[in-house]
Amino acid sequence: MEAKKKTLLEIHNLSVAFWMYNGILTQDQLQVISDLQLTVYPGEIVAVAGSSGSGKSLLASAILGLLPGNAVVRGHLYYRGKELDSVQQTRLRGKEIAWIPQSLTYLDPLMKVGKQADGHRKPYPTQKRRALFQRLNLPKETENLYPFQLSGGMARRVLVSTAMLTDAQLVIADEPTPGMSLEQALEALKLFREMADQGRAVILITHDIDLALAFADKIAVFYAGTTVEIASASEFRMGPAALRHPYSKALWQALPQNGFQPIEGFQPYAGALPKGCLFAPRCSQATKECKEQKPAIRSVRGGEVRCFYAT
Amino acid sequence: MRKGMSGRLSRTFFIYGLKIITLLLGVSIVSFLLVSASPVNPVQQYLLKIGPVSPQQQEEIEEYWGMDKPLMERYLTWLGELLQGNLGESALYRRPVKDVIGERFSGSLTLMVSAWICSGGMGISLGCIMGIYQDKWPDKLLKKLCYLLSCVPTFWLGLIFLLIFSVILGWFPIGFSSPIGILRQEVTLWQRLHHLVLPAFTLSLMSFSPIALHTRQKLIEVMNSEYVLFARARGEGKWMLLLRHGLRNILLPALTLQFASIAELFGGSVLTENIFSYPGLGSAVSAAGLNSDVPLLLGITLFSTLFVCIGNMIANLLYEVVNPQIGSYTGEVSR
Amino acid sequence: MKGINQRTKAVAFALCMMGMLIAVYTFGLLISEEAMMSGFQNAHQPPSWKYPFGTDALGRNLLLRTIKGLSVSITVGIVASLISALIAALVGMATAVGSKRVDAVVGWWIDLVMGVPHTVFILLISFALGRGVKGLLVGIAATHWCSLARLIRGEVLQLRCQQYVAVSRRLGKSGGWILIHHLFPHLIPQFFVGLVLMFPHVILHEASISFLGYGLPPEQPSIGIILSESIRYLSAGMWWMAVLPGLVLVGIVWGLERLADYLHRILDPYSVQE
Repeated sequence: MEAKKKTLLEIHNLSVAFWMYNGILTQDQLQVISDLQLTVYPGEIVAVAGSSGSGKSLLASAILGLLPGNAVVRGHLYYRGKELDSVQQTRLRGKEIAWIPQSLTYLDPLMKVGKQADGHRKPYPTQKRRALFQRLNLPKETENLYPFQLSGGMARRVLVSTAMLTDAQLVIADEPTPGMSLEQALEALKLFREMADQGRAVILITHDIDLALAFADKIAVFYAGTTVEIASASEFRMGPAALRHPYSKALWQALPQNGFQPIEGFQPYAGALPKGCLFAPRCSQATKECKEQKPAIRSVRGGEVRCFYAT
Repeated sequence: MRKGMSGRLSRTFFIYGLKIITLLLGVSIVSFLLVSASPVNPVQQYLLKIGPVSPQQQEEIEEYWGMDKPLMERYLTWLGELLQGNLGESALYRRPVKDVIGERFSGSLTLMVSAWICSGGMGISLGCIMGIYQDKWPDKLLKKLCYLLSCVPTFWLGLIFLLIFSVILGWFPIGFSSPIGILRQEVTLWQRLHHLVLPAFTLSLMSFSPIALHTRQKLIEVMNSEYVLFARARGEGKWMLLLRHGLRNILLPALTLQFASIAELFGGSVLTENIFSYPGLGSAVSAAGLNSDVPLLLGITLFSTLFVCIGNMIANLLYEVVNPQIGSYTGEVSR
Repeated sequence: MKGINQRTKAVAFALCMMGMLIAVYTFGLLISEEAMMSGFQNAHQPPSWKYPFGTDALGRNLLLRTIKGLSVSITVGIVASLISALIAALVGMATAVGSKRVDAVVGWWIDLVMGVPHTVFILLISFALGRGVKGLLVGIAATHWCSLARLIRGEVLQLRCQQYVAVSRRLGKSGGWILIHHLFPHLIPQFFVGLVLMFPHVILHEASISFLGYGLPPEQPSIGIILSESIRYLSAGMWWMAVLPGLVLVGIVWGLERLADYLHRILDPYSVQE
């Protein structure tokens, strides 16, 4: 109980599946997130890293309660120690929890950007927003443009600003940096850092591990819809020896500065997940046990890992 | 950017203007051919209606129609007169066709504009309700109503309204745009409105279901869009979403559809005006046909084509003015 | 299971509707003028067991007259929508297969037909052909083909881009062969659905034009004519003359719309899946 009070967000065994029509007669369940675990403390930036298709974007919708109607959600979410049910989700959306979506299509095509960033809550934070736009290197006339007139990088900065304008304690940023120049990206991440230093928390969903490493406190490695390892950023910087899961190690080795070695094989398709460990088909150390049983998440050396053999 | 837009607009305007001219020419040829093919002789018909005339007058009429000349020449003579603004003389009303159209059009315009606004308002608001409550009972009920209305002939609906509201309840007069026996100048605005309500309502019921169903479809699309998902994530509720994003993205296509449906509105007004004995172009055109008043028939055909084409042009222009996305591709700022 | 059920239901309903239409149609044909007459002494009778729809000013049995009128309407509807659909198919295919110029000319022509309000156009054509059934048929057929023609044109253009059509062409198959083997299987369902969808519209238009006094001659028992006669007796409170035949017309049109909808589902199951 004591620990729960201190955390900002806890995710326990979260699973998300979609009902899909398979032909006319049968329905299939598509498992996109399985048994996900994640804990976020105030003042933290948690990077959620993984290749595309690992279900990380759906995490934001699941936390906000915005999954489409054909989704089946299991598991528990706690916000400040309190169960985050749909009533709470509706109440907290945009106030306590803010989401930064990843593309231009999340902006209303017929509303000017400035008005849109101000949001629907009165009084409109126009002055604050102008200052923020300036800090994010958005030219003054941006507020009078329509979304289709923005470049990808500009759109992302506008989207980042929407979250900064709220007093949200938890910001979930989905790939906020692509399309920005390096300086702009650094500025945006600096904003996240400042937020975290004020005691708020940021979940940074990204595939750019380098950038995440520079700003995040903790890294959650995502694979096929689940967290395979949660390690501190410093461990990630140290390299494979400090890491626990074979996939994290492989991910580290795939980074350009570490030799660019890709791992063989493909992430399994959500409709055809392996029976045992989700990474087993691609793992060089996999045993019979790995192929038949799902490893539970456990603590190893202060971090968390989902592997039978991690030490 | 603004300059590019106005350039584009004037270009559309110009192209559409040209198209309207060719269409009007085409309609004038087709309708003249049709009228010439009819067994009715316009001169004889005119003389029959109007009674004995002086030889000089008869000569004038025969010259207007050029009866003994070949078809092509007759058409050209008629077209020439038409371009000079001479649409001929209506035998039915014993006045120049131009005057008849002018006078009748003001009546029709009042009727059509009120029906247009009414059906637009009803269609969009009911469409919004259907879209918001997608697949719940208000949606199902209204959808059924829309489908049912599309099966009901306008003129029968008019008859039923006449029966219920005028004959049984006595709330509204049985016909005409103003009380009979009162001079035009003495008719009050209230009396006019009183005579307008039933026909306008009938006409608007005819045209509201397509717009309502279209709005519903569009609103459902908008509500399933990513930008509405984001707006919901920022805490906007159902009605706030409708106000801030729904209407903004729906109104334009709805308005465009509404302008594009003027042809049906005009067609409906022919029936409505006949049922309610409302003196407008619609009742004049059917009377012209029944009484073989050829110049009036031709005049109204051309006039209604012009009216419909202008409606379509407004729909096109509107789309370009209000939708910034079509406006310019040069305005992109990337930094 | 659900899919099969839907389909069976659609087929059953379509058959029911067709059966009803055919019954109304044949019954209407069998009714003679004399059967309708019940004598002047029975004029202006409100609905009763003997005359469920009441009688009109000449003492005619309105129920029989309505059914007879419906069978006339159905005939007109079938003929006019068939002509219209054939025009649409020919024009649509010509624009899609022919040169750009053909396409432009047809496009302009469609704009022209759509530019004149349908009712006005039908009145004009009907006037030119001396009113009556001929004018009505030609008028309706000449104005209703546009949207189906556009649809078929789009369909052909889309099919022409399909890979298997390109392969057949590469293999040296003739245009006619491609037309029969690749295009027709897709176009024929479209054509029938378009035809059936047009049917209720045509019936409504027939009724309105007859109502205005253009279509069928006054002695023909068309619904439009019954209703236009009823308007004179409306202020005298003879509601049955307007209400009941109109309700039957609404019922028939509604049934036809449903039939079209179900046929659409049966013939073209993919396009209507929600």
